[in-house]
Amino acid sequence: MSSLNYQSSKSLRVDRLPHIWCQGCGLGIVLHAYADALQETGLDLDKVATISGIGCAGRASGYVNTDAFHTTHGRALPFATGVGISRPEIKPIVISGDGDLFSIGGNHLIHAARRNVDVLVICSNNFNYGMTGAQFGPTTPSETKTPTSPYGNIENPFNLVALVASAGATMVSRWTVMHPTQLKRSIKRGLIKKGFSFIEVITPCTTGYGRLNKMSPIDMMRNLKKIGKIRKVLPTEAICDPTTEIVLGDFVDFEKPTYNEVFESLTQRAGVAP
Amino acid sequence: MGEVLTGSHFVHGDWACAEGAIAAGCRFYAAYPITPATEIAERLAQRLPRVGGKFVQFEDELGAIASVIGASYAGQKAMTATSGPGISLMLENIGLAVMTEAPCVIVNVMRGGPSTGQPTAGAQGDVMQCRWGTHGDTEIIALAPQSVQEMFDLTIHAFNLSERYRTPVFLMADANIGHLYESLKIPETDGIDIVDRRKPTIAKGEYKPFSTGEDLVPPMACFGDGYHFYATGLTHDERGYPDMSVEAQDRLVRRLCDKIRRDAARIEMVEEHFTDDCDVLVVAYGITARSALSAVKLAREQGVKAGLLRLITLWPFPDARIEELTRRCVGVVVAEMNYGQLVREVERAAMRRVEFVPKLGENPHLPEEILAAIERAGK
Ligand SMILES: Cc1ncc(C[n+]2csc(CCOP(=O)(O)OP(=O)(O)O)c2C)c(N)n1
Ligand code: SF4
Ligand SMILES: [Mg+2]
Repeated sequence: MSSLNYQSSKSLRVDRLPHIWCQGCGLGIVLHAYADALQETGLDLDKVATISGIGCAGRASGYVNTDAFHTTHGRALPFATGVGISRPEIKPIVISGDGDLFSIGGNHLIHAARRNVDVLVICSNNFNYGMTGAQFGPTTPSETKTPTSPYGNIENPFNLVALVASAGATMVSRWTVMHPTQLKRSIKRGLIKKGFSFIEVITPCTTGYGRLNKMSPIDMMRNLKKIGKIRKVLPTEAICDPTTEIVLGDFVDFEKPTYNEVFESLTQRAGVAP
Repeated sequence: MGEVLTGSHFVHGDWACAEGAIAAGCRFYAAYPITPATEIAERLAQRLPRVGGKFVQFEDELGAIASVIGASYAGQKAMTATSGPGISLMLENIGLAVMTEAPCVIVNVMRGGPSTGQPTAGAQGDVMQCRWGTHGDTEIIALAPQSVQEMFDLTIHAFNLSERYRTPVFLMADANIGHLYESLKIPETDGIDIVDRRKPTIAKGEYKPFSTGEDLVPPMACFGDGYHFYATGLTHDERGYPDMSVEAQDRLVRRLCDKIRRDAARIEMVEEHFTDDCDVLVVAYGITARSALSAVKLAREQGVKAGLLRLITLWPFPDARIEELTRRCVGVVVAEMNYGQLVREVERAAMRRVEFVPKLGENPHLPEEILAAIERAGK
């Protein structure tokens, strides 16, 4: 792959390409936006740690030319917390899927946001567990048919941006893979921001969700473009329904002391040994 | 200054473990409160911020162990402590630490199980869980302290072994020792041996994170060192890249196990009393070994030549030594605070019939209970 000549090639692990994702899958666009953002912010790549959980989205860490770690299902955030708290000069970035971060890892997500750990989370939401074959998950719209909801999903989906904002995140945005420029801009801001930042990226799972719901990859992309509406609203009002409307934008952006900053002041209070 | 509290102390085992961790260089501790390990967290919450370390109370044990592996890969010596229920939650990530070769120390202050069991009661019911709890083929190192002093000494040793072999190491204590008050001597800093993981010396572009030499333990680059490594819990090649081939699985699993198996004789630690001429060999570990030693002495007073083999490492298990000692015995006694766990390992290695003395529910064995078994075994 030595012919790869994108500007992001320095922040990609080119010897690992081609990647494993299906044709038409949006995850490559997320990776590309992240790699470009790394490059454009001019961050010292030695001080960035890319961390992911398990799933198609979680494979992204394997293609990034920073220190990178592919943890277990759901545990990317506590792992990243250990990295960022024990070595504050390192910026942990978590790239993972909706199932990984909000189902099996949901508890860690709300607590990392509550603590205001200095971490950027990029969550690829494809409304299902892509890797295991498109079963319904915590983001799947009600009534959707999946292999484990053959008569329609009887559960209700989370609105990820509302959930994360209420847990205390200091930056919350949502884009789709059909909005790569805005996505990259938000990632760049998240890379340099101090505090818990969260970016949801709506991305089609063409092989799973798409095939089961009889949508071609191109239909799915067109649909995102059509129903994606950029609006300045509260996170709780940012509807996310792939059948009607997905509200996009930057919903939250404010400053508050990070866990490490507060720990620093605790250290002063504690004094020196013993 | 004041990082190692050199001097004499009258403290409990959990306190000694916390101070052992600090003396070993531990600067990251994460845990979720649980009896009877909570006092380790309380001590470290107080101490770590004063020595430049970090203490994090996590939302659960799944998070605690994941953060410990993260901190380890960030170049810190890291530890967590819990009891059986917490270990049960940590098991998947203990496998991740084995697979990605993350040095770390996991303390299990054992209490009565299964399930919530008896939270304040000491037990030794998790010794097989620590060996086989995580899925797949693994080797584990586990140490069993019998005193407050050993809670300190063996915590340091656990860190040293984890750094040397790049593997998680268990300290298998129990509620009795964790809560026991005894005198503790902390040596001068110079008198404490500290082992640090080997760092790569190779040029950055040529570094392969899982390439090893003779000792099968790869040098470890950490986050921020500039090597841009990739590590995964998937089966991987020397570059750390996922590899789903039969050969990769065979090569990796063998190496991960063999780096410990091949060095087992060097890792194993036992203590022997009156084993030179014993007819009955008692095998015990942890708090139980203290009653067992009294029982052996009582037996000797009554003319029965008993001896004690105290296991300090539970894993690797000292098969060869047990085989050797039991060959010249008439019988063997195993006492442990469970309903039959390590006794099966002894039976596997021993050349003679084994009398088992179980114990359930808080109180360690009385020496007389073990003595009765010695008498039966000697016949
Ligand atoms: C403990 C555990 N349970 C289940 C699995 C199986 N599994 C692998 S990926 C996955 C779902 C991933 O979903 P998501 O995070 O949305 O990623 P996607 O594949 O959709 O990108 C599951 C259930 C696992 N690897 N580990
Ligand atoms: S299964 Fe779905 S999410 Fe996974 S790579 Fe294929 S299209 Fe993408
Ligand atoms: Mg998904």
